[in-house]
Amino acid sequence: MDAHGPLSEHGLVRLLDHHGERLEDQTFSPYAAHLSAQDLRSFWHDMSVLRAWDMEAMSLQRQGELGLWVQSYGQEAAQIGSGHALRDPDFVFPSYREHGVAMKRGVDLPSILRVFRGLEHGSWVPSEHGFHLYTLVIGAHALHATGYAMGMDRDGLVASGNPEQDGAVVCYFGDGATSQGDIAESMTFASVNNAPIVFFCQNNQFAISESVTRQSKVPLADRAKGFGMPSVRVDGNDVIASHAVSQWALEHARSGKGPVFIEALTYRMGAHTTSDDPTRYREKASEEYWADRDPISRLTTHLESIGELPDDFREEVAAEGKALGVRTREAVRSWAKPAAREMFDHVYAQPHSTVEAERAWFDRYQNSFADAEVQA
Amino acid sequence: MSEKVTMTMAGAINAGLRAAMERDPKVLLMGEDIGALGGVFRVTDGLHADFGDSRVVDTPLAESGIVGTAIGLGMRGYRSVVEIQFDGFIFPAFNQITTQLAKMHYRSKGHITLPLVIRVPFAGGIGAIEHHSESPEALFAHTPGLRIFTPATPQDAYDGIQQAIASPDPVMFFEPKARYWDKGEVDTGAVTSRLSERDATADIGRARVAREGTDVTVVAYGPTVRVALQSAELAAQSGTSVEVIDLRSISPLDTAAVVKSAKKTGRVVVAHEAVTTFGVGAEVSARVNEQAFFHLHAPVLRVGGFHTPYPGATSEHEYLPNLDRILDAVDRVMTH
Repeated sequence: MDAHGPLSEHGLVRLLDHHGERLEDQTFSPYAAHLSAQDLRSFWHDMSVLRAWDMEAMSLQRQGELGLWVQSYGQEAAQIGSGHALRDPDFVFPSYREHGVAMKRGVDLPSILRVFRGLEHGSWVPSEHGFHLYTLVIGAHALHATGYAMGMDRDGLVASGNPEQDGAVVCYFGDGATSQGDIAESMTFASVNNAPIVFFCQNNQFAISESVTRQSKVPLADRAKGFGMPSVRVDGNDVIASHAVSQWALEHARSGKGPVFIEALTYRMGAHTTSDDPTRYREKASEEYWADRDPISRLTTHLESIGELPDDFREEVAAEGKALGVRTREAVRSWAKPAAREMFDHVYAQPHSTVEAERAWFDRYQNSFADAEVQA
Repeated sequence: MSEKVTMTMAGAINAGLRAAMERDPKVLLMGEDIGALGGVFRVTDGLHADFGDSRVVDTPLAESGIVGTAIGLGMRGYRSVVEIQFDGFIFPAFNQITTQLAKMHYRSKGHITLPLVIRVPFAGGIGAIEHHSESPEALFAHTPGLRIFTPATPQDAYDGIQQAIASPDPVMFFEPKARYWDKGEVDTGAVTSRLSERDATADIGRARVAREGTDVTVVAYGPTVRVALQSAELAAQSGTSVEVIDLRSISPLDTAAVVKSAKKTGRVVVAHEAVTTFGVGAEVSARVNEQAFFHLHAPVLRVGGFHTPYPGATSEHEYLPNLDRILDAVDRVMTH
């Protein structure tokens, strides 16, 4: 692996290695110092439940209950670690794979599947969770995130004098997105406006089939320098380090010091989506290498080594994951197709004559069948 | 309180922006060179001096970024009025406008409203260089979720910009740059009672009969309304009575107003600067055919830009729906 390329593991912030050993980092260990064994178990809990739920969603897709599924499999540490650093005044703009962050923002996980069952395009109310809808046009949401952060700054929610009340925006995107103009424009706007935003890039090494080496010759975090913002590269499969750098970045942004860029190097252990076939473009050896670096198993090893992962806790978590799976399956199967006429709702906030005319026509058209049935 | 003032269209938009900014502190102006310079057409002249950096924002030179960050600000309740410097420079923002801005209310099931206004100086006739004379309105009219307004008079510019800002839906406000310096009388008080979200939105969706007539309907909007009125004047001299409909709104299209006139005259000509193929004229023609077919004496004709890129400025007079070409179409429908 190129020591200076976008896949380099050189210089990553790492506080828990893949053997489950805790490591020290002069800059970032202090940002993890507050974590108790209970906190680590909470990370382990969230990552485990998330993965169990993700696998359930995968099964539902394979059984034809969902049109598509996008797994977070392998990226649990980056998402749960950063998700634990968020608090109420913060606002998140996810891409479309951040189910772990959704969970931390109080989005009921099964509801996410409404989108993937083709019922609607957004299944939660963003303002209720501080968590925007998923965005499928790669990188487009980073500008919304930046504008939102500029708005928070205008509204006095940053550097207010009471650090507990300050908020910031976290924008999640992937390695492929860094090639999009909207990401570059976001970083420009964020920088010159000193916007309180954390750009959180999960470098999962693949944009569908394309290696990150097709996106960049240098580590993605290096790009931040050109925009005048600090950046850090973290082992995204290390939940403790992911949490620590997120704490640092959020403190920076919330306190009015401007935007920050985090690159979390992780690995998409599954396919891009259920429509993808990674066997066509990646080696088994790479999958095995990263399976050894699984974000959950290293925390398991660590917690076991310090005697903080009792069997009853493990059983509780397994049961919780299973129960969530059952609830998810039941929910998915219970969702009725919305009435077709609802497709005309919310195109505009105020009536638009074309939409109104088409809805009226559609109603007459639909009703004409009802009349025919009655006559028959 | 009504007051009639003579203004240019640029001055009317400026005054309308000022009134909206005074009314609502959440109204922001964003764009390139709109601050100290006052915009390349000086439409925002003086507003930076009076409202400051935080309300009149000189942005980085990135159209997608301007619209995209305005969307984010919109999610926090800011009503941004974005200036795209020239029609031909809107395309870097096309994705943000069509896949994001236009769909956000729909995909959020009404939980997110984005009351943005995108001001676009558009159309030709000013002897400009490439990319500075285009009419891309049909590309946006094809996109559900957007409202599209274009004023032809200082009064409509003054009222329309304030109503666009008051509308909870995103509005694209196409300003006919060749008409920026046309003067007209503006009643500055009339609009104030029509700025509720519902009134404002309904109002900017309505067409206007710019001149009454009985033989032929000429449908036009924006920069072409003046040409249509001139053609009506000339046609009258040779005994043909032309009714001119100023659409004002492209989306929604005021079908009822057009159909009413078509039924009255039985002959329709649609004129616009935009490329004719797949354009607004085609839509107007289709709706007239669907709803007034048996009232027509002649096929609906279109007069507009050719299926070529906008030519060099020395040829633009022939490219545009000029007086002769509109009168030619009027003559042709009158042969039936």
